[in-house]
Amino acid sequence: MVETNQLTQYLETFVDITRSPTEQDDSRKAIASSLDNDSLSINQLVREMELYLTTTDNVVRARGILLLAEVLDSLKAKPLTNAIVHTLVGFFSEKLADWRALRGALVGCLALMKRKDVAGVVTHIDAQAMAKSMLQNVQLQALAPHDRKLGFELLEFLLQQYSEAMSTMGNLLVYATCEAIDGEKDPQCLIVAFHLIELLAQLFPSPSGPLASDASDLFEVFGCYFPLHFTHTKDDETNIRREDLARGLSLAISSTPLFEPYAIPLLLEKLSSSLPIAKVDSLKCLKDCAMKYGVDRMKKHYGALWSALKDTFYSSTGTHLSFALESITSPGFEINEIHNEAVSLLQRLVEQDISFLGFVVEDIRINTVFDTISRYSQFRGMPDTSKLEVLVISQILSVSAKASVQSCNIIFQTFFFRLMNTLGIVEKTSNGDVVQNGNFTVSTRLYHGGLHLCIELLAASKDLTLGFEECSPTPDCAQESWCSMVKRFSVPLIQVFASAVYSSSDDSVADVYLGVKGLLTMGMFWGGSSPVSRSEFEKILVTLTSIITSKSGKTMVWELALKALVWIGSFIDRYHETDKARSYMSIVVDKLVSLACSGHCGLPYPMMLEATSEVCSTGSKYVEKMVLGLEEAFCSSLSDFYVNGNFKSVDKCSHLLGCLTNKLLPRVAEIDGLEKLLVHFAISMWNQIESCGVFSCDFNGGQEFVEAAITIMGQIVGIALVDSQNSIIQKAYRVVLSSTLAAMESIPLTFVALEDLQRDLSTRDELILSLFASIIIAASPAASIPDARSLIHLFLVSLHKGYIPAAQALGSMVNKLGRGTGGTYITSGCSLEEACDIIFQADFASGEKISSNGSGKIICGSETTLSKICLGFCGSLEHQTHAITGLAWIGKGLLMRGDERVNEIALVLVECLKSTNCSGHALHPSAMKHAADAFSILMSDSEVCLNRKFHAVIRPLYKQRFFSKIVPILESLIMNFQTPLSRKMLHVALAHVISNVPVTVILDNTKKLQPMILEGLSVLSIDSVEKETLFSLLLVLSGTLTDTKGQQSAEDNAHIIIECLVKLTSYPNLMVVRETAIQCLLALLELPHRRIYPFRIQVLQAIAKSLDDPKRRVRGEAIKCRQAWASITSTNIPF
Amino acid sequence: MTLGLINANPVVQAKKERLVRTQEDQYRDDGVDPLDIYEYVRDIRDPEHPYTLEQLSVLSEESVTVDDKLDRILIKFTPTVQHCSMATIIGLCLRAKLNERLPLHYKVDILVSPGSHADEDSVNKQLNDKERVAAAMENPNLRQLVDECIFSDEI
Repeated sequence: MVETNQLTQYLETFVDITRSPTEQDDSRKAIASSLDNDSLSINQLVREMELYLTTTDNVVRARGILLLAEVLDSLKAKPLTNAIVHTLVGFFSEKLADWRALRGALVGCLALMKRKDVAGVVTHIDAQAMAKSMLQNVQLQALAPHDRKLGFELLEFLLQQYSEAMSTMGNLLVYATCEAIDGEKDPQCLIVAFHLIELLAQLFPSPSGPLASDASDLFEVFGCYFPLHFTHTKDDETNIRREDLARGLSLAISSTPLFEPYAIPLLLEKLSSSLPIAKVDSLKCLKDCAMKYGVDRMKKHYGALWSALKDTFYSSTGTHLSFALESITSPGFEINEIHNEAVSLLQRLVEQDISFLGFVVEDIRINTVFDTISRYSQFRGMPDTSKLEVLVISQILSVSAKASVQSCNIIFQTFFFRLMNTLGIVEKTSNGDVVQNGNFTVSTRLYHGGLHLCIELLAASKDLTLGFEECSPTPDCAQESWCSMVKRFSVPLIQVFASAVYSSSDDSVADVYLGVKGLLTMGMFWGGSSPVSRSEFEKILVTLTSIITSKSGKTMVWELALKALVWIGSFIDRYHETDKARSYMSIVVDKLVSLACSGHCGLPYPMMLEATSEVCSTGSKYVEKMVLGLEEAFCSSLSDFYVNGNFKSVDKCSHLLGCLTNKLLPRVAEIDGLEKLLVHFAISMWNQIESCGVFSCDFNGGQEFVEAAITIMGQIVGIALVDSQNSIIQKAYRVVLSSTLAAMESIPLTFVALEDLQRDLSTRDELILSLFASIIIAASPAASIPDARSLIHLFLVSLHKGYIPAAQALGSMVNKLGRGTGGTYITSGCSLEEACDIIFQADFASGEKISSNGSGKIICGSETTLSKICLGFCGSLEHQTHAITGLAWIGKGLLMRGDERVNEIALVLVECLKSTNCSGHALHPSAMKHAADAFSILMSDSEVCLNRKFHAVIRPLYKQRFFSKIVPILESLIMNFQTPLSRKMLHVALAHVISNVPVTVILDNTKKLQPMILEGLSVLSIDSVEKETLFSLLLVLSGTLTDTKGQQSAEDNAHIIIECLVKLTSYPNLMVVRETAIQCLLALLELPHRRIYPFRIQVLQAIAKSLDDPKRRVRGEAIKCRQAWASITSTNIPF
Repeated sequence: MTLGLINANPVVQAKKERLVRTQEDQYRDDGVDPLDIYEYVRDIRDPEHPYTLEQLSVLSEESVTVDDKLDRILIKFTPTVQHCSMATIIGLCLRAKLNERLPLHYKVDILVSPGSHADEDSVNKQLNDKERVAAAMENPNLRQLVDECIFSDEI
């Protein structure tokens, strides 16, 4: 029970208009919540509020009623007794007459209307009373917008939920609605008002009802909004869009057939306007009306409708017909929204009433086209008016034909013979029933306009069959007259199209385009009842295939024919046409695959491969055929090479591999079964390599073959399933064992042994090693690697010999091997610990291995052999650089999985950079450079190994972790005294680390990093060797300058930043550096004026030099920058 | 001074497409060419009308010639009417804009195209006289007018 005092206080607060809105809101909420938890009853509240509700003070009464209404609004789900609801309805209905307190009354009525079923609702009688009061007392148009909206909503609710009660009010309701809507301009109100009209139309559907008598008045009230003119901006808070309003209006207009006498003339008039939006709206609305008003009412407007529609088609179509490759499967001319709407209206009208088609068929303009079409043979040569005629009429006819089977028949009966006559395709037999091949004469001249019309008609009938195949499974259109007509002419039509394809007239592009498009259309008729017989279909395929295999080179016709074949192929696959698939297989696929395998055709080999792979990827059977064919071809060419020494066959092999990599591998997810085929291919590659005894690639194109082979091997393993990976690995391992590589496993890892190592592998062994490494790189962690220990040994030895793939493979292995300790699953019989053991612990001095020291923790710091070589304790310089690069790749593998050992590797690398390291002397500059670049290997994302595609184990945020560990070390080293060379190398390393870490990390540490970055920039800008590194570092700096966090620290460092950037604006070695430096200077203008003003002269002088830059882009940036800097003062440029 | 506009109803042409330079040669210098200069000046606004000099056909791509060896640039512009008193202002604008955008070693000559102006010689003389140009630019009213014309496209 709420204290009476407190309640009074709340009431006072709400009623007092001098209080702030939040206070009022709070008191309303307080009252509502105490009602909700039953500490206060409605009766009590009303009794307490009596004075406020009945006082003669207008303001207080209005507030009081509003309070009661709003409280009710928040209690919509609270059960109330019928008596209370009844009383409240009575009260609010009565108050509708009180214009000073109208807002409260409206809110209250709405709140009561919205009550849920379970909580006590307004009865029909009450609703009727409310409506009556509303209609009699409220002049909606005299109110403010928000009140008007409430009023409209109330009416909407009444009509929606109490339609029975409302229907008794008849004319009064219609009349009051007219009055309420008349002159409304607010979009929010309008959208409700349009809905009101729709509801009214549902309420009084009868042609003798109250709406019928007032229909013209009502239409006058809202018809004037059409077409909707809407200027509100998008960011309106209510978010009402023009489309919503236009849709609402259209629904209102089409809501009842009673509006028909007024609506259709209006819409037709607006359709003839030149305003595009009016046209689109009219067409949309006419479509709605056609559906709702019914055929009978629409019939009398058909004449006017047809001519308006025809005009719209003419005005919305351009005269350009594209003969480009892309448009072979599309209409070939631009289509705008008006056109689209016109198409759908025409289709709707024809679908709904076939008699509309009479207007189309009898149209004089359409009929004359067939007589004039043969006047011009070239599309290009036609005047624009004729072009327009052809395009528009082909559209109209194809849309009408597409509408239904009946309409298709009529269109074909009326026009098809004439079209054939015009094209010069004449039946010779007198009775016309029996038609045999060869009884047709094909005129030598091709009429583009006619061909286009013909293709559009055929395409329409084709689309029609496809359209209803989707709904009914057993189509049969063979009896339809259009179908028999196409059947009668199919032979000569195909002849005509084929002759167009082979045409060599002066506008042969258009000829060829229309020919191929025609053949394509004829080839895509669906199902057994297709008007094109199987032998004719095969003829089409033969024609297209012969174009592809002829010696034409990459011409337009070649590309068109290929595209057409691909479309036919995917059409067959999509609609499961087994008969046609057989023809396709035997005519197209077999032929192309056999040519691609033999390579004996006039075409260049890559083109042949392209055609084959495009055609074959339309179905999984074809792919199988192709991959098997290519496999065979690969094997025979490769053996031709190593047996007969034919260099050309190796070229062929690399093309073949390239085709597989580029065309088929990316689509492995789409084509089922491809993965297995490719794995088989990979294994037979290994078989070939196994059987070739000698291999050399010291000739033109040999290296390309090796690279192609490595790429495809890695990619295949990358996409293969684990089982297939295992089988490839097994096969490859056997080949490795049979080669001389196996001997390397016995080389002990001692200084003495390693010192003599050279790149001494034969080309064949090198190929095997690289291929095998690419397999290991791409294998997933779950794949099992046989005899991993000796493999690691092998890779380690090859690494010392300088084979980078071996190093990458080692990195990949340490990245993916199981942990070993703690019983985790070890796939390959060798754990990570053991692998690290082998890599790091081989002791050179004694030539014996030291087993891990019991604790399981392995030290791989500066004491290990690999690092000793890196630090130059022994071995040649070349040996040392190999070891450093190798160590970097191994480190990358460990880093990505988040293994701690990488820190020690990093320390070794850092040690290499010091001017005085633990070996007591500085390293050779080249070794130092390698060590600095090793950080780039560690941090950057690699394309060739250790990425997601190759199943690398990647720990989240590994870059960030490494960054936070290594940067302080590098920083402190740079601070300490170092020789210039080592200082520079440390900066290079730091630049690699900084530029590869996500920019947010940099932004968090800008204060600390910015001075380092700047110093790095000035050190690196001394010569041109590190220009790329310099650029990436500069990009990081520019990133910090454009961020608010970075700007704060930039403010402190402004003088060094500007000095550094000014120097870089004249960096001679890389244009982008200068450009970016100038952009950075421009970005600096964001800093506070007092901070940058002193540097103005300095910057302007530097930029003045850049105005004379040899590169145009730099000059452009310089102009912008100079203007901006000059304008920070009121005076002009001081030169 | 007459009130009202000197050419009240000029012929306005459409703006041409901006020149898009295709992939440039990374290793070769690209020197200043006439199109560069034209890009700089085409958007200068006419002192009388809210149109650019390009739109009013005062300038076209052919009106700029560059001699790269001697570092000389010659611009010939065509005033819209023979007696146009704005010719000097237009010339001043051209000079001011190019001064801002070109390095100092270029010598810019600005002429009205032969036969296009009633007082051709004196305008040419005025436009290429260093002292008079400098004096004109010190006149705050003129300076403001020139600045408005130059920067109209960047505001």
